[in-house]
Amino acid sequence: MARLIRTEKEVEGHYTEQWIVVDEDALDQWPAGPLQTVGKPAPRVDGRERARGEATYTADIQLPGMLHAAVLRSPHARARVRSLSLSSVLAAPGVRAVLEPGDSHVLTDEPGYHGAAVAAVAADTFAQARAALAQAAVEWEVLEPLLDPDQAVEKGSLVSEPNVSERGATERGVSEAEAVVEAEYRTQTVLHNSLETHQAVCVWESGRLDVYISTQFLWGVRATVAEQLELPPDKVRVVCNFMGGGFGSKNGPGEYTFIAAELARRTGRPVRCALTRREENLATGNRNSTIQRLTAGARSDGTLTVLKGDYVNSVGFEGWSPSTGGPMELLYACENVRVAEHGAKLNTPPNAAFRAPGFVEGTFGLECLMDELAARLDLDPLELRMRNYADSDLVDGRPFSSKNLLECYRRAQPHWARREEVRARSQGPWKHGMGLASQVWYGGGGPPSYAWVRVGSDGRVQVVTAMQDIGTGSRTAMAQIAAEELGLSLDRIEVSLGDTSRGPFASISAGSSTIPSMGPAVRSAAADAARQIVEIAAQRYHLEERVLSLRNGHIVSADGGSWPIEEITELLGEGQILGKGARGPNPTGMRTLTFGVQLAEVAVDIETGEVLVDRIVAIHDVGRVINPLGASSQVEGGIIQGIGHTLSEDRLLDPGTGTVLTQTLDAYKLPTIADVPEIVAEFVDRPDEHLTNLGSKGLGEPPIIPTSAAIANAIRDATGANVRSLPITREEMLRALRAAREREGLERTAETVGEVRSA
Amino acid sequence: MRIELDVNGEQLEADVWAGESLLYVLRERLGLPGSKNACEQGECGSCSVLLDGELVCACLVLAAQAEGHEVVTVEGLAGAEGLHPVQAAFARAGAVQCGFCTPGLVVTTAHLLERNPDPSEDEIREALSGNLCRCTGYAKIFDAVKLAAGT
Repeated sequence: MARLIRTEKEVEGHYTEQWIVVDEDALDQWPAGPLQTVGKPAPRVDGRERARGEATYTADIQLPGMLHAAVLRSPHARARVRSLSLSSVLAAPGVRAVLEPGDSHVLTDEPGYHGAAVAAVAADTFAQARAALAQAAVEWEVLEPLLDPDQAVEKGSLVSEPNVSERGATERGVSEAEAVVEAEYRTQTVLHNSLETHQAVCVWESGRLDVYISTQFLWGVRATVAEQLELPPDKVRVVCNFMGGGFGSKNGPGEYTFIAAELARRTGRPVRCALTRREENLATGNRNSTIQRLTAGARSDGTLTVLKGDYVNSVGFEGWSPSTGGPMELLYACENVRVAEHGAKLNTPPNAAFRAPGFVEGTFGLECLMDELAARLDLDPLELRMRNYADSDLVDGRPFSSKNLLECYRRAQPHWARREEVRARSQGPWKHGMGLASQVWYGGGGPPSYAWVRVGSDGRVQVVTAMQDIGTGSRTAMAQIAAEELGLSLDRIEVSLGDTSRGPFASISAGSSTIPSMGPAVRSAAADAARQIVEIAAQRYHLEERVLSLRNGHIVSADGGSWPIEEITELLGEGQILGKGARGPNPTGMRTLTFGVQLAEVAVDIETGEVLVDRIVAIHDVGRVINPLGASSQVEGGIIQGIGHTLSEDRLLDPGTGTVLTQTLDAYKLPTIADVPEIVAEFVDRPDEHLTNLGSKGLGEPPIIPTSAAIANAIRDATGANVRSLPITREEMLRALRAAREREGLERTAETVGEVRSA
Repeated sequence: MRIELDVNGEQLEADVWAGESLLYVLRERLGLPGSKNACEQGECGSCSVLLDGELVCACLVLAAQAEGHEVVTVEGLAGAEGLHPVQAAFARAGAVQCGFCTPGLVVTTAHLLERNPDPSEDEIREALSGNLCRCTGYAKIFDAVKLAAGT
């Protein structure tokens, strides 16, 4: 039954209160643990297509008469277009149309960052389009860019009001503390670098717009494009069948979609607007850099009395200020917490959500601070975390729908016990050590989300929903869920997704929400279809529905009867069974979060500053795991991205002009297979009994969150150096080692002075 | 200019501009989009193909240079239907996430195993370090290479 409720909706840590129509979630959860298909490792249902090179990505769409767009971008961080002439561009070979500022809301004559779109051209080939753009006559007035985030905060150049939240009394917390640690942490700007660049192909046909796009949210693109172009949403069709990675940067339509749509409208031809790698690294978003000025205070037994964080997010020219203070608010049972977040508006490329935005950066600061506090108190870092375990959400006093972080810590203990052994490996300049860090994140998903299930007379099943699989394996997970509910093998399930005109509304694939939002809807649709199969079977075999169930491709009765499911489905002839399902509401009055802990083993060459990550153990609590193979792959992928974030990736700006220096993959260092440590991935795998008919939370983001802090803490364990700035390049490592030696020297001098005085 | 290319055992003709890369011609002119374009500068390996059995980045080879040489792309590794053992191993081991890098990795792995049927872990690291993957964390790619080496 449809029910109107007022509920909180969360995406990437943003909460909004809204009315929402939901269907009841009447199904009981399955028992915990591996079932027939759910909870067992399943290779991708589309692995074959992908491995054969047959999967059609947006980059592979070819339409008859398709033109190619190229975009003129600002070479300056801040400038004004004094004059612009595109007449030579229009006259260049192959050119069909040009756009200038005023022709589209995504083009500007006052660019505020390097890479902002100014003009565009469509030509028969991309080479022609690019060559034509070189003919553009632009006179720039170059203006002084604002690049310093602290200066921006001081001047009030912010993207939004500062976000300040406080509980308890932090001043009292400081005075009650027996040890106080204050430190400043910095994180760098990181680029998504999905292998498929941002792109769209737009086609107009009889007033209807088809958008083929590499996206994480078909329906969001549909809504935004329809609104911007003043079209009824049903006149916009959005298609993305295979997608080459997004990591948060492909949640919306982007300028390229509007450029392609406008050029397609003007030329009457399909237009592709595909970004090059250089454009990708200028204009599609980034994980913003941060400055974090943090304080932690505790009693000598380790009980936290205060946590304070002052955060500056270098958001860029547009964009949003992520919740960098979120981990500080959510992770520990500390009564006195104050968090202030400032989103500095600068003349740099705007940020975009990047796999746990804010929480990756904030966890680096918080979890390094906790280890510095542990060192000050001479406490074991794991012990310090367990002493401050939060049993409920202290932000608003709500209970957690489930939390098994203690179980994660318990499972971490045998690994943590290797610490002495790891340290003992130190030899010559190579120092070995071990560190850990905890993780908290959202990932509960929510309504609305819908799915249909179609059963044919051949007993095969198609799951139909207009969701997207951004590469995480959602298609496979949905097939597993439907297979489980219908008692069928995985090879009898097909999943049709990726097209807003071919299925019902599905939620965004961001905020670790795909499985917790879509999975319950698919299960509910499959259950509706299963119920109808049983209804027919009951009539055919003259039995009561309640004694029948679906198992192993058969309809089985309580008294031992068993009939292949085809015996019933073939009665359908050309008919079909249509099951319909929706995502039910979230548990009211509860906070749904994901948790975990990671342990890193590292080796540091204290002469050269080289850091090697030897081993990472990841133990995560995300409720029921649908596909252990896909889940461990998510964890490994998150960790290796985390290692890149920690050690090598760094978007560099020219400090004078604000232009981006690292636009290509030779300058911006992504991890390769040569950088991969041993990774151990474990899951608590207990269904969240309050959350949906599955009890599953999302896993996309959790694994990247604690990696950098675990590595930095391992480095401290190995060398005694406090690394407080990412990336930990050799230069940064040597600087931290030097600072540690100086501190040690000062302490020794102080001790000597003390000894002299007492003598 | 008109060139004739031997791609996956077929003789194909294409009208190309002298500056066009082999990758561009494969993808845009010959209807073979399996090789992917992700960086255009030989850094990511997504466009890896075999040229007379040697591994190259198709984005760094001019189409005209490939005339008179045998080109094998991901589409040509197996027949029209089946899976090359490396493709089967990638699918089975879960070494495929978004899959955009997979064609390049599959070609590179096939090339590695052709020369060295039983590579050590370090040899795998060395051979595949020119292929970037942003999703999998590479762990399952190791598994796939070892699985393929054993078949």
